[in-house]
Amino acid sequence: MKTNKILNTSNDLRWQIGEGFHDKLTEGIYSDAATIAQNSVQKKGDEKRFRFDRSLDKIVTSKIWGFPIMILILSVVLWLTIIGANYPSGLLADLLIGTVYPWLKSIGESLGFSWWLSGFLFDGVYLALAWVIAVMLPPMAIFFPLFTLLEDFGYLPRVAFNLDHLLKKSGAHGKQALTMSMGFGCNAAGVIATRIIDSPRERLIAIITNNFSLCNGRWPTQILIASIFIGALVPENFAGAVSTLAVISIALLGIFFTFMVSLFLSKTMLKGEVSSFTLELPPYRPPRFWKTIYTSLIDRTLIVLWRACVFAAPAGAVIWLISNIAIGDSNIANWLIVHLDGFGLLLGLNGVILLAYIVAIPANEIVIPTILMLTVMTASITGVGSGDGVMFELESVSATGDILKAGGWTLLTAINLMLFSLLHNPCSTTIYTIYKETKSIKWTTVASILPIILGFIVCFIVAQVWRIMV
Amino acid sequence: MQKVTSSACEGCDLNKASNLKKLGINIDNNNYVVALAGNPNTGKSTVFNALTGLKQHTGNWPGKTVTRAEGGYSYNDKKYKLVDLPGTYSLLSTSQDEEVARNFILFGKPDVTIIVVDASRLERNLNLVLQILEITDKAVLCLNLMDEAKRLQIDIDDRTLARDLGIPVVPTSARSKEGIPELLQTVHQVATGEIKCKPHRIKNIPKNINNAIEKLRLEIETEYPNVPNSRWIALRLLDGDERIIEAVKTGEFITE
Repeated sequence: MKTNKILNTSNDLRWQIGEGFHDKLTEGIYSDAATIAQNSVQKKGDEKRFRFDRSLDKIVTSKIWGFPIMILILSVVLWLTIIGANYPSGLLADLLIGTVYPWLKSIGESLGFSWWLSGFLFDGVYLALAWVIAVMLPPMAIFFPLFTLLEDFGYLPRVAFNLDHLLKKSGAHGKQALTMSMGFGCNAAGVIATRIIDSPRERLIAIITNNFSLCNGRWPTQILIASIFIGALVPENFAGAVSTLAVISIALLGIFFTFMVSLFLSKTMLKGEVSSFTLELPPYRPPRFWKTIYTSLIDRTLIVLWRACVFAAPAGAVIWLISNIAIGDSNIANWLIVHLDGFGLLLGLNGVILLAYIVAIPANEIVIPTILMLTVMTASITGVGSGDGVMFELESVSATGDILKAGGWTLLTAINLMLFSLLHNPCSTTIYTIYKETKSIKWTTVASILPIILGFIVCFIVAQVWRIMV
Repeated sequence: MQKVTSSACEGCDLNKASNLKKLGINIDNNNYVVALAGNPNTGKSTVFNALTGLKQHTGNWPGKTVTRAEGGYSYNDKKYKLVDLPGTYSLLSTSQDEEVARNFILFGKPDVTIIVVDASRLERNLNLVLQILEITDKAVLCLNLMDEAKRLQIDIDDRTLARDLGIPVVPTSARSKEGIPELLQTVHQVATGEIKCKPHRIKNIPKNINNAIEKLRLEIETEYPNVPNSRWIALRLLDGDERIIEAVKTGEFITE
C-alpha cells in the first residue's frame, strides 16, 4: 500500500526531528505573524480605549470586587424582572382567562360541543396554553433582553474569568464557566456549548453539572414562588428586594452545587489532570440596543415560549384526562396524589408537586401551572375554577398564594419547591441533547439521575431540620 | 424567504451589492461553497447574517458558534452556499469545535474560504490565518471590525497585508454592513478564478524540520498528485495527528 509508505516515512522523519516539532512550528507561525503584522499595522494615539477596557476589567475581574459585582448585576436584572413582570402577567391573565376563556366556552356551547369535548379542548388544552403565556411571557420578555445586553456588552467572558479559578480547584475546565453561563439561558444549549472543551473528561463534568444552572424554564417558577411566599414575609416595600434575594440564593446554590459535584466527579468517576487554556477577554462593545432587544425577543423569548406552548398543550390535555377519568371512586390524578403524598411530605413537598414534576418532564416551564391546577382540584377550593381539571383565573400573585395555602402549603413547601426546582432531572430536551453529545447511555443516565437524587437528599434534610427547629 | 436588495442605485456597476440575493436557508443547487473561518469573537456570524439574511444569534463571547451553520446567497447569477464555522484560535489542537472547522476546510474543500479577522487584533489573529493558508489556496481575508480599529486609532495598510499574505484583503465593518459589497465581489472573483491567490507559507521553521516537511510533501505528491494541501498533511503527519493519519489510511482527502 502506498499510504503505508507515506506513514512509514512520516514515522521515520518524526524520529529524526525528535520532540519539539509542535513547539517549533508554533514558534514559526508566531514569528511570521509578527513580521507580517509589523509591516502593515500602524498604531497611533494613546490607546485610550485599551486603557478604559483594562481598567474596567481590573474592577470587574478583581479578587475583591469580582464576585460582589457579579451578584449585584444579577440582582438588578432579577429585581427588574420581578418588579416588571407582575402587572403585565395579571393583565394577560385577565385577557386570556378572564375574557377569551368564557368566550370560547360559549362558542363551544353554541356549536353544541359535548361536555367532554369542550372540557378537553378549553379546560385542558387552552387553559394550559393561556397559563403558560400569562406566567412566562412577561418575565422572559424582560429577563432575556437584559441578559442579552450584558452578553453583547462582553460581560460573560469576565464571569468566566472570575469563576475559572474556582472551577480549576474543583478539577473542572475553566471554559466550563462559559457553558455554565449558557446554561442560565437553556441547559440544552449549555450542553451543546461544552464542545468548546477539549478534554473528554472535563467535558463530561461540564455536561453533567450544567443542569445546576437555573434555566429559563425554571426562573419563572423561582420568581413566582419567591414572590408569593418569601416576599410576603416582609412589609410590601421590601417584598421585591427580599424575593430577589431568595432567587439569587437559589442561583448561587446552583453554582455551589456545580463546584461540589464537579469536585466529586473529578475525584471519583472522572479522575484526571486539569488542562489549561487561554481565555481571551474580548473588548467591551456598546450593544446595539434596539437590535439586541429585537433579536432577543424573536430568537429567545418567542422560541422558548413556543417550545413551552408545544409542551403545555398536550400536558393540559393529560391533566384534564387524569382528573376526569375515574378508577374506583376517585379519579386517576387524585389516586396518584394520595399515593405520592407520603413520600412528598417526607421531602417537605407534597403529592401534587411530585405529580406535577412527572407530568412536566417534557418542559420545566409548565410545572407551576400544573401544580396550581392540581391543587385546586384536590383541595376542592370553592369559588375558583369550575370543575375537575380546570385551570382557574390568576387574578394576582397573592390570589395564587391563597390557593396554594388553602392546599396546605407552608413556607417549608415553598422553599423546598424552589430547591427541588433547582435539583431535579433535566427536561427531556436536555436529556436527549446529553445523549446526542455523549453517545453514552451510562452518562446520560448519570446526568439525569444524579440531580434528582441530590434533590431528594437536600429536600429531605431541609424538611427534617425545619420540623425540628420550627 | 427571498429578499431582493433594491435601491435607486440598482444596476449601477459601482453598487456591487445590487446583485446580492439573500437566500436564507435555501441552499440547494449551489455553484460554490464558501466557508467562514476565523478567531472567536471577530464577527463571523455577523458577516454570515449580512450575506444570507438569516438571524444567527451573535454574541460577544468566544464559543458561541460550536456547530457549523449553513445559509445561502446568490450573487451575479451564481448561487453560493455559506458555511459559518466555529471560531478557533488554531487548527493544531483537537477540541471538537476546532476539529469541525479544520475538517471542513480540509475535507469539505470549500471553493473559497473567507477568513474573518479582528482588525484591532491583527497579529494574534494572523496565527490562524497562516494555518488556514497552509490548507487552502483560495481564501479572502475579511478585515473586520474596522470601525473598532479606527476608534483605537490603528491604521492597517491593507495592500501591504494582501501582498504579504498573497490573498485579497477586504476591510469591513460587518455590523454596519460596510465593505460587504466589496467582500461579495472579491469572493466571486476568487471563486471564478478571476483572482489567483499565492498564499504565504510558514517560513520561520528550522532547516531540519523544513527538510523533513519537504521530503514528506514530495512523497505525498508523487503518490497523490491531485492533493492540493500536501504540505499541510505533511505537517500534521509529523505532528502525529491521529485524525489525519486515519485520513491518509482511508484515502479520505483524495476522493473527489
